[in-house]
Order: sequence, then structure tokens, then C-alpha cells
Amino acid sequence: MSGSAEYLLEARNIVKVFGELRANDDITLSLKPGEIHALLGENGAGKSTLVKIIYGSLQATSGQLFWQGQPVTVANPGAARDLGIGMVFQHFSLFDALTVTQNIALALPPDVDIGTLAGRIETVSNDYGLPLRADALVADLSVGERQRIEIVRCLLQEPRLLIMDEPTAVLTPQEANQLFVTLERLASEGCGVLYISHRLEEVKRICHDATILRHGKLVSRVDPQQETAASLANLMVGAEVAAVKTDRGGKTGKPLLELSGLSLPTDDPFGVALKDIELAVHAGEIVAVAGVAGNGQSEFFDAVSGERPTANAATVKISGQACGKENITQRRRRDAAFVPEERIGHGAVPDFPLSENVVLTHHAVAGGVARHGMINRAAAREVNREVTQLFDVRKGTPDPEARSLSGGNLQKFVVGREMARQPKVLVVNQPTWGVDAGAAALIRQALIDLARNGSAVLVISQDLDEIFEIADRIAVISRGELSEAYPAEDMSLEQIGLLMAGAHEKSTSGVAGS
Amino acid sequence: MGAFEAVILTIITASTPLLLAAIGELVTERSGVLNLGVEGMMIMGAVCGFAAAYTSQSAMLGVAAGLIAGVGMSLLFAFLTQTLMTSQVATGLSLTLLGLGLSGLIGEAFTGLPGIKLAALDIPFLSDIPFIGPILFGHDILVYASLAITAGAAYVLFRTRLGLIITAVGGNHHSAHALGYNVIRVRYGCIAFGGGCSGLAGAYLSLAYTPQWIENMSSGRGWIALALVVFSTWLPGRVLIGAYLFGAVWIMGLYVQALGVAIPAQLLSSLPYLVTIVALIIISGNKTLTKVNTPACIGQPFAPER
Repeated sequence: MSGSAEYLLEARNIVKVFGELRANDDITLSLKPGEIHALLGENGAGKSTLVKIIYGSLQATSGQLFWQGQPVTVANPGAARDLGIGMVFQHFSLFDALTVTQNIALALPPDVDIGTLAGRIETVSNDYGLPLRADALVADLSVGERQRIEIVRCLLQEPRLLIMDEPTAVLTPQEANQLFVTLERLASEGCGVLYISHRLEEVKRICHDATILRHGKLVSRVDPQQETAASLANLMVGAEVAAVKTDRGGKTGKPLLELSGLSLPTDDPFGVALKDIELAVHAGEIVAVAGVAGNGQSEFFDAVSGERPTANAATVKISGQACGKENITQRRRRDAAFVPEERIGHGAVPDFPLSENVVLTHHAVAGGVARHGMINRAAAREVNREVTQLFDVRKGTPDPEARSLSGGNLQKFVVGREMARQPKVLVVNQPTWGVDAGAAALIRQALIDLARNGSAVLVISQDLDEIFEIADRIAVISRGELSEAYPAEDMSLEQIGLLMAGAHEKSTSGVAGS
Repeated sequence: MGAFEAVILTIITASTPLLLAAIGELVTERSGVLNLGVEGMMIMGAVCGFAAAYTSQSAMLGVAAGLIAGVGMSLLFAFLTQTLMTSQVATGLSLTLLGLGLSGLIGEAFTGLPGIKLAALDIPFLSDIPFIGPILFGHDILVYASLAITAGAAYVLFRTRLGLIITAVGGNHHSAHALGYNVIRVRYGCIAFGGGCSGLAGAYLSLAYTPQWIENMSSGRGWIALALVVFSTWLPGRVLIGAYLFGAVWIMGLYVQALGVAIPAQLLSSLPYLVTIVALIIISGNKTLTKVNTPACIGQPFAPER
């Protein structure tokens, strides 16, 4: 058996079985030199498994890889690199405590001279428009800069094939544009690019070919230029994706959540300090906070929710009452509800059944889940039953442990659990992170409905499509400073990008921590 | 020999086993592994070192036996935690209990026997210089080895690619694996290095510090070494300072007691702990430095996906 020499890489009939699950079921993919090839699919469709097999991190159960027409076995990532395959990971494979040079040296062959590497890094990075300071500590860099390290690391290996796993998920629109220029240049130099994304507009923009997966199976191979974003989405999901209905311009009431002069120093050397945040969220509206990951979103959530109380009570007001010094339970008693970003470990205890996870956030509020310190398990199970029914949480048993739910289903649970009590104020961080299109539409619709019923909803999100879909007003956070909240219809992607880059910041200091 | 000279010599003797055990554990922890079995590896090094030296009448064979015993114990730990994925904390504690018990069993036949003392290196002329000679050139080989190992560990960790790989494995084992490094193999190596150092520390106790076998003669030094590593924020230079500071305050306490100063003995014997902890807290006040040097993956098991 041999492959076609026309192709740089061919993966034929790849099967990968994890226990009962067929993560890849007879998938075939091929890619020519100089081609930017999109690999599309929802979460759990098997994209990451396939690229891990190509990169040698995983071994296929059956199937064959061909490199330039020759059958190959890629035993480990080192073997992949020897062939000329480079990969930029979705969750970066960087070491926070090391410098840029050290991080890159770790990925290069042992005979590379570390002494001259710094110079090469700066040359190559400037050459491709991805400037990097070689002696900077990774922990001090923004997410966009971290991605540059990964890309430059691949470029120094002079790759023939570059695999990129959702590279733009963490970038500002401007940074994404710069990335596209780099990728197009690489392609023009004959390098193949395997591009994983679920942002269909950008796939249409830069990709020459697309392979679409669903539930581990190959669905089709299409020319993205001939498709619309909607037709690609339908191929990925396998059904029409329900459009979220919103009716903007409804009446808003009095402010229910007010932040004024909210500043919070950080006690984590890698954290972000909040600086003088002003924001009011009114009854009946959704305000979204956009921003690139790591610009203070989690610190902002902690301050608003009371996970970290502030020194001055007046900085946070719920329904007009100052509560900056109160903890999260006291704020919940003011009819506020909070959904953190990490659903497992933070939003839910993995080893607790769902009903006990209900108790954890409902014990202090009306609903009879707990009284005089005693838990009413029947009431907790009843809340769980309502939530799981309303939000279509799919589970094997009526009250399973949180860990047994898939990511999307658990996300529906942690969001639904807080929405079930119809709070006057809801603060949610990354409501649809890592959730497939159908579940995301359900959660977004529920957020809109809650606001239209007179609650104030504050959404922190890095997904700009989501923000434009649901938000009435948009504010942008960068390096711990929050911009004014502008009406969504007045905002463009470019404006948000400028704000993400810090256009509104009062202090124009350079890199944080320097 | 003057009194001052004697004090300094005893300080060096008291500090050497701490330094040896701590620098070994530092390398182990830098690779992301918490081995709480230092005490057990040390006592096994002590009993095997003594037994081999007594049987063969050669102190150097004793040192070799101590080293091998430490490495052997640590490889048991490595097999359990890295291959069988047991809990590092529980396994380390068990290793200490195993070492204390097993050493008592092996050592029963050797209790009360005259020891073989590891001879001081006698360097012609240099060792004969008054004051400086005995202090700088009058020690046994393990004292010099402890300093050389510390300097070598610092050099390897911060100046070589191997050190970079160890730090990377301890900082983020998933990334290191994704880059193609064999996390488990690197950790096996670092655990064995730590075991070897602990074994040498034990051999030093039974061949140089008090050349005889006494049950439980490590008397908590393994735990002190563990604490030194954490308080030194995983920096070899600070481990050296911490070990000698601890040794110095300890010995001073003994001399003060001998002079009959009216300070409760309990206070004096707790002083080294207090002084070392306070000093190391002060020098580790720089939070960024601490965070950068803390192995982020410490104690976490690593199982590559298959």
C-alpha cells in the first residue's frame, strides 16, 4: 500500500477507540503542500484526537498515515517533528516559569546552541511580524504573545506541515488578522497548514479545503469558498441550528447591579489587579464584558460575586444596597446568582451528585433546600429535576455525580441551577465555553429570556459572536481596566479590538509586572 | 585546637547530612515529585553503610553501600508512584516507616559494635596550615562531596539543557510530554538522585558523625531536610545557607548549654528550627521569585494518554 506523492500528508481510515467510545471512526484526510486545510466539527467530534494521532501524541487503533506518499508510523511528537510536522496547541504547551528562549529551546533538537538561540528567535519573529522579546518570562506575557511563542517555536523547526488547534479563540480580531497574514505567507512558501476552528467565517476566509467531522465520523469534504457559514454549521451539527431570538431596545428599569470605583489589588504575582471599574447593569438588560483571556476576567468575577470581598462596601451595590464587604452567600441572599468559568471543581464538586451540588448554591436562599442547617434532600432533588428538565441536561440516572456528565451537559446544569430561581441579578463567566452549538443556543436564549423578564444579567465572555448575539451593551476589559459599556448596535469588531488592545486604559504602562 | 576552631568543625559536621539530603530532595522536587521518604532512605543509608564498612573494614565501601541503599529505596518509591501511580504522599510516608523498621532489623546485629570512621583527607601542607588547614582541608570526602553536589546541582539546573528539562517536567508535565519528553523517565532519574543523596547523608551519620550504629540515629534529620527545600524556594544556594544556619544554631545551642547558661534546654533545642524558618521566610519574601521557582506539578501523578 502506498499513498499518492501529490499529497504532503494522508491519513487513511483512521480508527481510535477509547474504551467504548470510537473517537475516530474510519476518518480519511489528505492535504497538499501549500494548502490551508480546515478541520471542522463540534466539541467531541474527534478533531483533537485526529491531530494528536498525526502529531504522534496518540497512536491510532487502526489506519495508516502517509507522509509525502510513504507510509509512516509517528511513534511520538519527536518523530513528528523529525518529519517536519509542527503543532500549536489549543492549551499552550508552555512553561510559565521559564523564559521565551528556554521554552523554545525545549522544543528544539539537543544540538541547538542555546547561546545563539535568542538572536534567532528575535530575527525569525520579527521577520514574520510576530515580535517577541527572547528573555521575557512567559508568565508575564499576554495570551496573544504566548501563542506567538508557539508559532515561532514551530517556525524555527522549518516545518513542512503546521497544525493549529483553534488558534484564534484567544486572540483579538487584530491579532487574528496578523495570524492569517502569517499563515498565508507560510502556505505561499509551500508549507501545509491543518487548521482546526469552529469559527466558520475565518475558515471561509483563509482555507482552501475543509474536512468536516461529526461524532467521530467523516461527514464530508467541501470547498469552503463554495459554502456559506450557515451551510458549514449545518454540516457540523447535522441539523439546523436554532437561531437565538432577541428583541433589543426593550425597556430597562433601575440599576440592579452597580460597580463604582472598584479596585482590587492581586495577591497572585501572575494575576491581574482591577483598576477603578465603573459599571451599572439595569433590570431588563444584558451587559457583556468582552476581553482576551487573562485580562482580569476571573478577578472581576471574584470581586463581583464576593469570592473576594472588597475593602470598601460601596464599590458593589446589589439592588441599591452596598455589599462590597459581603461574601458570596450573603450576596446570594440579595437575590443574586453567580456562575463561574470552570464548571468542574469551581462550579460543581465532581464527586457530589447533582442534587448535592444544588444544595451548595441554594442552601442560603429561599426554596427550602436547607432550613436551620438541615438539608432537605427531597427539595434538592426536586430543584435538580426541574433544572435538568428545563435545560435538557442529558444523564444516565436521575441524580448522577457531576463528574459523569459531559462538559456541555454539566455547563447546562451549572447555568440552569442558578437561573432556576429567577434571580434579580445574574453574573455568568463564559456561559457557553466548550459547549456545542445546540446547547449554546439554549443557554443564550435562557439568558435573554431572564433579562426580558426583568433581571439584570452580566455576561463575561471571550466569544465575540456570542456577545453580539445576546448583549444589549458591551464593555471591554483589558489589563484589569473596564471600558465604558456601549450599546451593542454601535459597536463593530474593529472597535472592540481596539478596546481589547487597551485603547481605553488610563494608565498606559507597558507590560504588566515590569 | 582552639575552641572557635572546634565549634566551626562541629558545625560543618552537623550541617553536612542536612545539606546532602536536602539537595537530593530539591532535585527530586524540581522534577515535580514529592518524596516524603527522605528519613527512611537516610536511615537505610546509615545502617547499610555501617554494616558494609564493619564487615569489610573499609569506610569507603560503607559509603558506597549507603549510596546504593538510598538509591534502592528511592527506586522502590519511583516504581510505586511513577509506574503504579500510587499517591506520592502516602508512599513517601510508608517509605519512611519501612526504612525505620527495616534498618532496626538489619542493624540489630551491629548495635554496640565499634565503628569504622571515614578518614579525613590529608592533603600535605594545606591540612597543616594553622586554623585554615583543619577548617578548609581537614574533612572527610563526604563533606567535600556535599558541597560539590550542591554546586553541581545548581550548575545542571540553571546552566544546562538537562536542568531545563527537569524544570520543565516539574513545571508542566503535560506540556513536557506534548513536546516529546519522557516525563516518567526524567522523574525516575531525579528520584534516584535524591535517594542516592539521602543514602550518602545516612552513611555520613554512621561513618563520620557518630561512627557507630544506633537505632533511629537519623532522628528527624530527613524531615528537616524536607522543610529546608521548601523554605529555600527550591534554590540550591539557599539550601546551602539553610543547612549551615540550622547546623550552626544547633551546635551553638549545645555549647551554650555546656557553658551552663540559664536558658531552658527545650528552648535551645527548638532554636535551630525557629531561626532557620524565620531566616528562610525572610529570604523567600519575594513572591514572584517563589512562584517562578515552585515546581507547579509537585506531588501530582502523571499518566500519559494512551
